[in-house]
Amino acid sequence: MAAGVSVDFAKPVAPDQQDKRWRIVDATMRRLGHHPRGLIETLHTVQEAFGYLDEGALRYVATSLHVPLSRAYGVATFYHFFTLKPAGKHTCVVCMGTACYIKGAPQLLSALEKDYGIEPGETTPDGKVSLLTARCLGSCGLAPAVVYDHDVAGKVTAQDLRERVVKWMSHDA
Amino acid sequence: MTPEELEQIAETERAAQKKFQHTVNVCVAAGCLSCQSQGVKDALDEEIKKRGTECTQVKGVGCMGLCAEGPLVSTESGTLYKHVAPNDAGEILDSLEGAAVSRLVCPTNVPFFQRQKKIVLENSGVIDPERVEDYIAANGYSAMMQVLSEMTPAQVIDEIVKSGLRGRGGAGYPTGLKWSTVAKATARKVKYAICNADEGDPGAFMDRSVLESDPHRVIEGMIIAAYAVGASEGFIYVRAEYPLAIKRLKIAIRQAERLGLLGHNICGTRFSFGVDLRLGAGAFVCGEETALIASVEGKRGMPRPRPPYPAQEGLFGEPTLINNVETYANVPPIVRNGGEWYAKIGTEKSKGTKVFALAGRVENTGLVEVPMGITLREIVYDIGGGIPEGRNYKAVQTGGPSGGCIPSEFLDMPVDYETLAKVGSIMGSGGMIVIDDSSCMVDVAKYFMDFCMTESCGKCIPCRVGTFQMRGLLERITKLDGTEQDLSLLNELCELMKNTSLCGLGQSAPNPVLSTLRYFAEEYKSHVQSKQCPSGVCSNHREDAR
Repeated sequence: MAAGVSVDFAKPVAPDQQDKRWRIVDATMRRLGHHPRGLIETLHTVQEAFGYLDEGALRYVATSLHVPLSRAYGVATFYHFFTLKPAGKHTCVVCMGTACYIKGAPQLLSALEKDYGIEPGETTPDGKVSLLTARCLGSCGLAPAVVYDHDVAGKVTAQDLRERVVKWMSHDA
Repeated sequence: MTPEELEQIAETERAAQKKFQHTVNVCVAAGCLSCQSQGVKDALDEEIKKRGTECTQVKGVGCMGLCAEGPLVSTESGTLYKHVAPNDAGEILDSLEGAAVSRLVCPTNVPFFQRQKKIVLENSGVIDPERVEDYIAANGYSAMMQVLSEMTPAQVIDEIVKSGLRGRGGAGYPTGLKWSTVAKATARKVKYAICNADEGDPGAFMDRSVLESDPHRVIEGMIIAAYAVGASEGFIYVRAEYPLAIKRLKIAIRQAERLGLLGHNICGTRFSFGVDLRLGAGAFVCGEETALIASVEGKRGMPRPRPPYPAQEGLFGEPTLINNVETYANVPPIVRNGGEWYAKIGTEKSKGTKVFALAGRVENTGLVEVPMGITLREIVYDIGGGIPEGRNYKAVQTGGPSGGCIPSEFLDMPVDYETLAKVGSIMGSGGMIVIDDSSCMVDVAKYFMDFCMTESCGKCIPCRVGTFQMRGLLERITKLDGTEQDLSLLNELCELMKNTSLCGLGQSAPNPVLSTLRYFAEEYKSHVQSKQCPSGVCSNHREDAR
């Protein structure tokens, strides 16, 4: 070893080393051998732990997996499942599959748009409720379907949806 | 694991089951779970504990099919209960010794149940998807054992060829032919077997149901396929939107590994095979095989030109077998009963059964498995129970955004690959959406074009620009601003996209437009000529428009 010369091929450092959630991410990358092919799996883990992918996370993952940042960003924006913005406290996912569309999902969206002025992908100004759409939840037998936080509800009417959102907006629950 | 050991597990499990006088099955697949079937199961468990009756077991099982009437509960005597609530638990347990609870009974002597023929779904709603022992007791893994101990790879492929099984993902490519191509290809290091569980078609939920109700069947199918083609590594590419399916697959893989059904030297042979999960991230185009491969490699899911086909150069440049969930699920029964048995079911060119996800404007929504060649009328009116609210049938949409709309004049045609293609639709993965006269077909066409526009990966120009332009034209027509010229432009663009797009998404994206232009030309005309929407969906100033 050449004395006195120390090139720092340092390991990439997580954006916030205090945050234990990065350990979960590190574990995933280790399991996949820090190989570029593990990019999507790793981004899934980050999103599961943090709720969304921010720039710091993308930089860290890209460096750790030896892929250019452009590729990490490309993958993160190519797939609908990944989001670069934090979601509201509650999320409301309206299924826009064919069966739901035929049975009135557009009316559900327009109800929220009318009441709160939010379109799919947006969050109410107070950060309480995010409105999202899904391509198809596969709950077509229960169309139209909506996922309130993590619970799937079937045969939803605009009235049901309004009631739930009002409840979220008024209570801090 | 030897055949004797497998039989031993099955015997032990059957004996354990026999100890119970009564069994109550509660559906815990996604459909019923979303109407709180877990609460029903917990209430039943609680009630049994309270009564101290040890001779009754409550089993969480997979999909029973009639999703619209959930939560569903069945008893071993064959009684099916619908819309069960947790506080019905006591009554249901009381009924085991006597008469059924009449107010909850769901009749099973109706066409919805009687007309079905279950091969892929034979265990759905019967076994506990989270217990491998239950699957083994239902003859599970016996086909795999038979293959590994008695058959050569060539014999397996021969059996699949004889069965006439065709790919259930949509295109209907002969499975046996695909297997033999991969088997003949030479690998640099390893061959791969991939299960395509990226069920992207909106309105299709067959694969999700199979994975949630009977995950081991898919794994067994994959092991047999891997043995036949010489693959040693496998991936199941499943949608991240299906958390329950992912959870059950993970459990199933772990159980199979523990029993030595997956891993090195399976059952003492020289054959090794491992399966790993890869999660999709919401891209419809990843259902296309080359895009799916790119996604498994951790890249953007963009297709590439074929040839070379994945059978020659697929995942990481190695020969790769890609089949759909339902295709793999068909393999174990074919091996168990022989290819000739399977070939007796269905029509001349389309063998076996097909699982359809029946949804939309139809009385009985849910999952049905029917022999190929059944007529559309039987599916919609007999099994599906017809159109609710006294409305009229307008069309059935099959094949999702790549398929077409089938009008009433073809209700009596047999459902198989060729006939569906002849009328401008496709079999697709099995989504079947019934549309009644409250929907506007131009609006439906716009919906699908909207979908394809969002999902186009952007690699090739015909698809990227074509879907955008077509959507614009359809938007104008549904706003009642369209002209005759727009219609001819629409036609022209359809042909262009069909002939010049790189992958299946772009080539088939015009199908919904083409089929509605063909069969519902009057509706288009009325939109552009008299500026009226016959169904009253489209208007000039749509408040509720998206």
